Amino acid sequence: MADLSNLSLADRAYHIRRLAVRMGEVQGQGYIAQALDIADVLAVAYFHAMTYKADDPEWEGRDRFLLSNGHYAIALYAALIEATIIPEDELETYGSDDSRLPMSGMAQYTPGMEMSGGSLGIGLSIAVGKCLGLKRKGSSSRVYTLFSDGELDEGSVWEAIMSAAHYKLDNLIAIVDVNNMQADGPSTQMMSFEPLKEKLEAFGWYVQRINGNDIEAVQKAFDQAKSHPEAKPRMIIADTLMGKGVPFLEQRDKSHFIRVDAHEWQLALDALDAGRS
Amino acid sequence: MKPKFTPPESGKKRLTTSAMIASLASEGQATKPAPFGHALVEVARTRPEIIGMTADLGKYTDLHIFSQAYPDRFHQMGMAEQNLFGAASGLASEGFTVFATTYAVFASRRAYDFIHQTIAEEDRNVKIVCALPGLTSGYGPSHQAAEDLALFRAMPNMTVLDPCDALETEQITMALADHKGPAYMRLLRGQVPLVLDEYGYTFKMGKAQLLRDGKDALVISSGILTMRALEASKQLENDKISIGVLHVPTIKPLDVETIRREAAQTGRMVIVAENHTEIGGLGEAVARDLLLNGIAPVFKHIALPDEFLLAGALPTLHDRYGISTQAICASIKGWLG
Ligand SMILES: Cc1ncc(C[n+]2csc(CCOP(=O)(O)OP(=O)(O)O)c2C)c(N)n1
Ligand SMILES: [Mg+2]
Repeated sequence: MADLSNLSLADRAYHIRRLAVRMGEVQGQGYIAQALDIADVLAVAYFHAMTYKADDPEWEGRDRFLLSNGHYAIALYAALIEATIIPEDELETYGSDDSRLPMSGMAQYTPGMEMSGGSLGIGLSIAVGKCLGLKRKGSSSRVYTLFSDGELDEGSVWEAIMSAAHYKLDNLIAIVDVNNMQADGPSTQMMSFEPLKEKLEAFGWYVQRINGNDIEAVQKAFDQAKSHPEAKPRMIIADTLMGKGVPFLEQRDKSHFIRVDAHEWQLALDALDAGRS
Repeated sequence: MKPKFTPPESGKKRLTTSAMIASLASEGQATKPAPFGHALVEVARTRPEIIGMTADLGKYTDLHIFSQAYPDRFHQMGMAEQNLFGAASGLASEGFTVFATTYAVFASRRAYDFIHQTIAEEDRNVKIVCALPGLTSGYGPSHQAAEDLALFRAMPNMTVLDPCDALETEQITMALADHKGPAYMRLLRGQVPLVLDEYGYTFKMGKAQLLRDGKDALVISSGILTMRALEASKQLENDKISIGVLHVPTIKPLDVETIRREAAQTGRMVIVAENHTEIGGLGEAVARDLLLNGIAPVFKHIALPDEFLLAGALPTLHDRYGISTQAICASIKGWLG
């Protein structure tokens, strides 16, 4: 890995946001508001919490990262580019013919992509199996999995949640992005899932609920998830703001798949730059 | 091993996936917006027993038109397809007629057992209406329902429908309100091409209809491949090739009488064209019936290969997998020598 360790996590999150906006521009529309809301979590995952080798993404000793919400690939590609696992030039191909960066994450296409997404509510089950497998192999690697609040609607997610606690999978760190949005509208109005922390605790998990856009809080949550002594799977509920870092997108009518006018991409990059000072 | 990155040739712009979302209409073609949603609103006016349900895909299946018109006759089930179809069965068992929507992949793959047990076996009045049938998404295998017809054909008691255009989508929606029992309809959503008005066509449940006669080959097709076959047959006239098109919107039960009669005409090749994997769809259904009845024309099949399809822009994928109008013309010309 290149030694860029003088960069702060906030710098990393800023870079991830910029890279995601540039990919968004390739399509002219899409899941850009999600990428902006989850950038802080990914910055902490890839530049603070996880162990991996950028030049060997399949290194056996790595921590695994499963993107259950495959449409967030734009955000993960940005993190993988920032981590130098994917070359930066490649972002020009995002979601285009013959690209390794399809709009929905796919394990066969992309270095660093551990599962094929697109069909939601599946990642946590794979994570359970990976955690069982790593324990069988005597590995100390962890499994991180990101999923979204819409996925909480799927019964399969709760099956996985129950089995992770049953098997005391303390090598599992799951992050759920509560951006209060899914395809038809605000998640809490589509299917009520609150009180989420209490539910997950009742299911036998060690649960923290944080502001997913407060990078210090995110860092602390990952640290605690790693060091927590109980033999339980760990959940981080990250409440996030769609469009975070680009005020005009934060304020825009929220939706799952947004259109951004051609001239607004540069404005978005400018807004990110302005937000740094 | 994952592939290596190959930079695009300089100056060559690659087509993007999202720019092509739902772009089934060719340039300048007439379209109609949300034919399913508007037809359902219309038919529900006099049918208070009709209920709409979805699993977080109302906006993406045109059911939002219905939910806006009749908010108190609509249930949002969240993104939970198994629960959607189980609950749809329960409502139907209490006397309601349920139109339940999601994407074709999630009904056929995720919720198959729920549909099999609670809807097909219990014979419930649930109309399963699914967007992104066959290859109509560039998102890769997760969203490409290449095998939906095979799966639903294989389910006893399931009526399976594959409309060609906006007109037929409206007519099938109306017909489904009267239809007793389970049915699966492939949904074309958004701006849907209008094709069949030109042929004075009216949908009849269970009937195949000859849209155009021809002496060199007969294309037996369903869904958007009927639209493509009609376009191809017009283009092939320039090459003095005469193509008939038999449209088969009801995949199950199959109108075997009409298919046998048309396929038995001597001297013309039979080509089944479908937006579906080569396994288990219209092609195999037709071939089996013809063989069982001693009808053996020269037989060809235009269908998707038995493999995980690529992600990318839809027009690129339709070309690559041989179901664009151009690719169909090329195949037919090749076969007819
Ligand atoms: C099993 C499944 N059902 C439905 C869909 C269609 N779909 C794609 S994204 C989405 C919304 C999911 O919620 P979330 O990830 O929270 O949405 P976001 O925050 O990105 O708006 C839906 C229903 C899917 N991809 N997978
Ligand atoms: Mg969400």
